[in-house]
Amino acid sequence: MIALLDRDIKLAIRAGGGFGLGLAFFLIVVVLVPFSVGPKSDLLAIIAPGILWLGALLACLLSLDRIFALDYEDGSLDLLATSPLPMEAIVSIKALAHFLTTAVPLVLATPLFGVMLNLQAEGFVWVMISLAVGTPALSVIGTFGAALTVGLKRGGLLLSILVLPLYVPTLIFGAEVARRGTLGMDIQTPLLMLAGITFATIALLPFASAAVIRINLR
Amino acid sequence: MSEKRSLWEYANPRKFMGLSGTLLPWVAISGGALLLIGLIWGFFFTPDDYRQGSTVKIIYLHVPSALMAINAWFMMLVASLIWLIRRHHVSALAARAAAPVGVAMTVIALVTGAIWGQPMWGTWWVWDPRLTSFLILFLFYLGYIALWSAIENDDTAADLTSVLAIVGSVFAVLSRYAVNFWNQGLHQGASLSMDKEENVADIFYYPLLVAIAAFILIFVALVLLRTRTEIRARQLRAYMARERMQ
Amino acid sequence: MVLKVSDLAVSRGGVLVLEGLNFTLKRGNALILRGPNGSGKTTLLRTLAGLQPAVAGRIEAEQDDIAFATHSDGLKPTLTVRENLTFWAHIFGSNHIDEAVDVFALQSLLNRSAGALSAGQKRRLGLARLMISGRPLWILDEPTVSLDKESVARFAETVKLHLSKGGAALLATHIDLGFEADVFDVSPFKAKPTDLPFLDEVML
Repeated sequence: MIALLDRDIKLAIRAGGGFGLGLAFFLIVVVLVPFSVGPKSDLLAIIAPGILWLGALLACLLSLDRIFALDYEDGSLDLLATSPLPMEAIVSIKALAHFLTTAVPLVLATPLFGVMLNLQAEGFVWVMISLAVGTPALSVIGTFGAALTVGLKRGGLLLSILVLPLYVPTLIFGAEVARRGTLGMDIQTPLLMLAGITFATIALLPFASAAVIRINLR
Repeated sequence: MSEKRSLWEYANPRKFMGLSGTLLPWVAISGGALLLIGLIWGFFFTPDDYRQGSTVKIIYLHVPSALMAINAWFMMLVASLIWLIRRHHVSALAARAAAPVGVAMTVIALVTGAIWGQPMWGTWWVWDPRLTSFLILFLFYLGYIALWSAIENDDTAADLTSVLAIVGSVFAVLSRYAVNFWNQGLHQGASLSMDKEENVADIFYYPLLVAIAAFILIFVALVLLRTRTEIRARQLRAYMARERMQ
Repeated sequence: MVLKVSDLAVSRGGVLVLEGLNFTLKRGNALILRGPNGSGKTTLLRTLAGLQPAVAGRIEAEQDDIAFATHSDGLKPTLTVRENLTFWAHIFGSNHIDEAVDVFALQSLLNRSAGALSAGQKRRLGLARLMISGRPLWILDEPTVSLDKESVARFAETVKLHLSKGGAALLATHIDLGFEADVFDVSPFKAKPTDLPFLDEVML
């Protein structure tokens, strides 16, 4: 299993612009927001936690269709399906690889982007914590969506339509943790809900994703 | 030896077509009649509410459509489970047929909800928990319908959309809680309260029941009609496949 | 006996393709599937490999005994030959790729990116993967597509070697590979549409 993780990470890095693409997109969102809402620092400070969450979420969305597409096209997915690895493990590893190569760089980049959006000092910790807790769910849910659309040409748009409603709970609770933490309010409830969603999706959704991949390979 | 008759008989397409063909006119006509009765009674023969004026009467459209929007999704979920477990094609096609009807109900609920609330809020939209939840439901419906359309193979499409319906249902419920949490700070008056919470006089209540019954019948009629169409379309594809096999 | 198929029916995209298949494959033997394009050979091989469920009949084989290969071999062009092989070695639970590297003469290519290999070399790499899997039954779908005569001959040698070591091979191919093997033609087993008392009941 580690071998698969290792290989997928190597492939993502060597794919040229693998995880740089997500970061670049995050940067674009962060740069475009002040142009859209005006440059006033106090306004930006209010919306910064939410915008950071939104940017990270959209950047994650971008790289989802690559989770299975390449392996599907060159026959690797068939070969992995007939290998000793159970499909549930395969989809979980792929979600993990997505998390490590896409989400983690985003989380690490948030301080820089937070500065650009005039995020208050207390906010940095909470934005990063909420993203760190919430982005694994984004990867696992995204893997489910990628599994559904794996055979489709130009499935990217459909993938977004399918995944975005599924992202809403994580986004709401994650952004609430970020926002309330910035304001010094109590974050216990949303943080627990966020963590709960993340753990539940990690534990349960791979079974659905595996079933979907098997259906699509038939 | 008596034959055990069960509902599962109607998983057979021929029997389903037979039964639905007989039922459809009755259901459609009674649904239409009840709708007319309910709306005319509700709009014209009830007094105006002392607080909300006459726009409150939009609830005769809003409440039934909102109920059906949720029930349609629930019906789709059950039909999807039946497909996954018992592989009855009629069930899968019924789920596919119900989805656009559910979307229509959701849109009606959203629009009538906005119309209801506008005099109170002063704007045409607020992000109150109920309206927001329906908006999210609308997005779930869209994804479901889009997935059906995107996949060529009928059985694969039925399988994938069934899994999506199950996962989607869990997340839809989760979203409801998330949206309630998210909306906590808003002014109470901005939310549309369900009639049972307020003291709704009987005089409002009975026409509402009629309207709800009407919407249920109309929903059933539309789903029967669309399922028949889906079955015919599917059979056409099956005939063509059999031709190719000769 | 490593594979036995009884009264098997397979379908693709919901449409029945082949039915009534019966054959047996024993260790040390190879079986070649013949039939025109679109006759269902690929569907049959994928069903035997476990990627698709059979519609009817029985397949007696250990899932663990089977290694599946198509002409798109899942080789990652951005990884080196060594990285590709060690990946599959780990997946199949072994650690050494040396024997396969020797047999397929890949030593000089170990550090080259798989994308830079010729068609014949890629095929050797694909077969090396099969050998690394350590599984006795090789199921191969059109393994010699785009190979020149010399590479085809080398491929045949490899299969013979595998058979001599107690392995078995089931191949779908149009090409005469030049070794002894039973031939199984799938055309007579083409599925006919089922008889329905009421055409209104067809759903497929």
